[in-house]
Amino acid sequence: MARLAGRRLLFAAPILLVVTFGVFAIAAASPFDPVKAYAGTAALGADAETLARLRENLGVDKPFISRWWDWLTAALEGDLGQSSVMRQPVTQVIGERLVWSALLCAVAFVVAVLTGTVLGVLAARRPGSVLDRVVTSLAYSLEAAPVFWLSLLAIWLMALQWGVLPAGGLTDTASEQVTFGQVTRHIVLPAGILALSQLPWFTLYVRQGVGDALAEDPVRGARARGVSERTVLLGHALRSGLLPVLTLVGSRVPELITGALLVETVFSWPGIAAATVEAATAVDFPLLAALTTLATAAVLLGNLLADLLYGLFDPRVKFHDM
Amino acid sequence: MTVRRIRTAAATAAILTGVAACSAPGDSEVGGGADSVVIGVASEPDTLSPLLGYGKDGNSKVFDGLLARDADLRLRPALAKALPEVSDNGLTYTYTLRDGVTFSDGEPLTSADVVFTYETILDAKTNNTSRSELDAIKEVRADGDDKVVFTLKYPYAPFAGRTVLPVVPEHIAKGQDPNTGSLNTKPVGTGPYVLTAWSKGEKLTFKANPGYWGGAPKVKRVTMAVIKDDDVRATRLRSGDLDGAVLPPNLAATFKSDGAKKTYEATTYDFRAVTLPQGNKVTADRAIRRALDAAVDRQGMVDTILDGAGRPAYGPLPVDTPWFAKGIEREQDLSEAQRILDDAGWKADGDGIRVKNGRRASFTLLYPSGDKVRQDHALAYASDAKKAGIEVKVESATWEVIEPRMKDDAVLAGFGSTGDPDYGLHTLLHSSLAGDGFNNMARYDDPVVDKALDTGRRSSDTATRKAAYDELQRELLKNPGYTFLTHIDHVYVLADRWDGLTTQVEPHEHGFASGPWWNLETWRPKK
Repeated sequence: MARLAGRRLLFAAPILLVVTFGVFAIAAASPFDPVKAYAGTAALGADAETLARLRENLGVDKPFISRWWDWLTAALEGDLGQSSVMRQPVTQVIGERLVWSALLCAVAFVVAVLTGTVLGVLAARRPGSVLDRVVTSLAYSLEAAPVFWLSLLAIWLMALQWGVLPAGGLTDTASEQVTFGQVTRHIVLPAGILALSQLPWFTLYVRQGVGDALAEDPVRGARARGVSERTVLLGHALRSGLLPVLTLVGSRVPELITGALLVETVFSWPGIAAATVEAATAVDFPLLAALTTLATAAVLLGNLLADLLYGLFDPRVKFHDM
Repeated sequence: MTVRRIRTAAATAAILTGVAACSAPGDSEVGGGADSVVIGVASEPDTLSPLLGYGKDGNSKVFDGLLARDADLRLRPALAKALPEVSDNGLTYTYTLRDGVTFSDGEPLTSADVVFTYETILDAKTNNTSRSELDAIKEVRADGDDKVVFTLKYPYAPFAGRTVLPVVPEHIAKGQDPNTGSLNTKPVGTGPYVLTAWSKGEKLTFKANPGYWGGAPKVKRVTMAVIKDDDVRATRLRSGDLDGAVLPPNLAATFKSDGAKKTYEATTYDFRAVTLPQGNKVTADRAIRRALDAAVDRQGMVDTILDGAGRPAYGPLPVDTPWFAKGIEREQDLSEAQRILDDAGWKADGDGIRVKNGRRASFTLLYPSGDKVRQDHALAYASDAKKAGIEVKVESATWEVIEPRMKDDAVLAGFGSTGDPDYGLHTLLHSSLAGDGFNNMARYDDPVVDKALDTGRRSSDTATRKAAYDELQRELLKNPGYTFLTHIDHVYVLADRWDGLTTQVEPHEHGFASGPWWNLETWRPKK
């Protein structure tokens, strides 16, 4: 197990290097002008001399390879550089926002996993029943619904039509403090939508896994011995049915990240994802590279987690085979 | 692995994520009181540091300038005791500072702070985008603790108006990089309000500064909520989440019957115009440009596109300013447009588009995508031009795409600076700035206009300046480098809980600094 983790971490380094290099290359090739992005509306009234000076100060004209190298060497020493679009050090941007993104994703993920398990088990109990058909078809339609569309729909319904939940932000508009109660109320919609977007695949996998397990000999034997339905379902079927799902949990991290990107943008949630969008359109190299590295690391960790869980939970798998 | 272990793991995970939420002892107060206000704006500043251009035109709530402007845009003393003493040759401006002013951290304001502010902005290493506005300054020096002396390179009549820009505390700003230092996000100033929190992209909150030299403001708490989408802003205003907001005219009209809210329409210098580049063989032709000027129905644009919230623009300066040249107002005159084109040899072709020497009277007009007001202007302009036999092909694009094409294609542009005609006109029309960044986008070049601009800039005699700007506006009729269409009003809706509200004449940028909240610190709650 430790060996597996160690080996994976060794692999992570070159992957992260390539990714950051890629970010710099793509940003350099993008049509966005970092100077214009930096100056904002002021650029539309600025003279050539000012724009040239900014170009010089921001080091825009240096080849991207040397900019990447400068960034990398500084980053390895712990200096992530300055974000031009936020006018703050990159570490500060991430520090202020990471906690909110983590909270959003964690809440959404936990909700999705719990709800998905319950729905999946209910549907698997009697394949072909009305409940099964409803759950399955709902899952398929949800799978096809774009996240931003769901978000807008939820805002329209919950905030505009019924006025039961706030439409966006982290706290009430008029309040200055971040309080537990406010965050709780404000997180319901974004986390709910994010959970909803993760729900379908999870439900369907659980349904499939549990359904298959229910048809297996041990389960049939247990039923024949007169073991209670509850024990059969939770003790036998769910255990072996959840195995394939567990391995998937980690590999779903990328989807969670892209989902969060859209959800945070629509709900003006002050997290990392919203900053990523700004950094990308403003060609803010240091911030973009740091955030991409962060996202890549999250994906790699997710995959590692999936494999570790698989090895722990499934007696048929040996770590040294992986 | 047993079910129990799975359960434990799940519970642990739930606990771990649950405690990640931070909480602070809060006071969740409700809106509706007159001592707090929540305002919805469309955009937020990139930075709150005056060193990078924040508040350069005054009205920053956290900082003060040496001077400020009143409701009629007249200069009045702020951090300075009085208006500056100007030497006879117009080259030195001396300001004496007000006594007893302190920054919100308790440090007193001295002339060193003023000198530091201006010198940092003038430093080439500082990424200030509007540094060229201070181009006239040769040096700034302190004369004792309470006097500041500006020496200019050339006489610059409207210089005093530039000194509304905010003064920063040297003791805080000196040790940090002006481009990325903490002053950008945690400003400390002398102004009536102190920033309490800034959640970027969401809102900024301010509280009254009890030690403000002008007296503690009655409105104790201010929130500026950043809401990009017009419809969402209107909805949140309707739901009571906001007390006031910037709105487009058609959405503001939906609040007309709401007795608890008042609508404010601020007149502006903010024009919409079509640039007619000299580099394009069609738009460079003076007959075409004069015909277009005669063919557009300005009043129609104000009525239909702006819902009446605006005024026809007969030139760069709005009709209700003292600088406006009376007598240049003109109606749409299609027969005049036809006559001009006929006289110049532009003959109508089979499809109604005029042709001269084998060249069709046709050009492309670009507008920045997503800006509905500009799109409507562009389409109306194209349809008016067609009536005179000129084809205008309207296209939308991002600024990245527009910029390289500005020298050949027309652009639906919007500009406007308040304070002095020199501020907006010089960059718009002077031939020395042709094609310089976004200045003089049309590459307009007219010796009469150049001379008038120089006179207006150098002379300190108001009558001489007025005559120069009159001449400039009349010359623009004979040789229109731009087709000026409308000056658009900025519309605000605000809960009716205070007395003492007015609006200033506003520049192109608006919402954050201008609006009925330009003088928030003097609002009085209604009894």
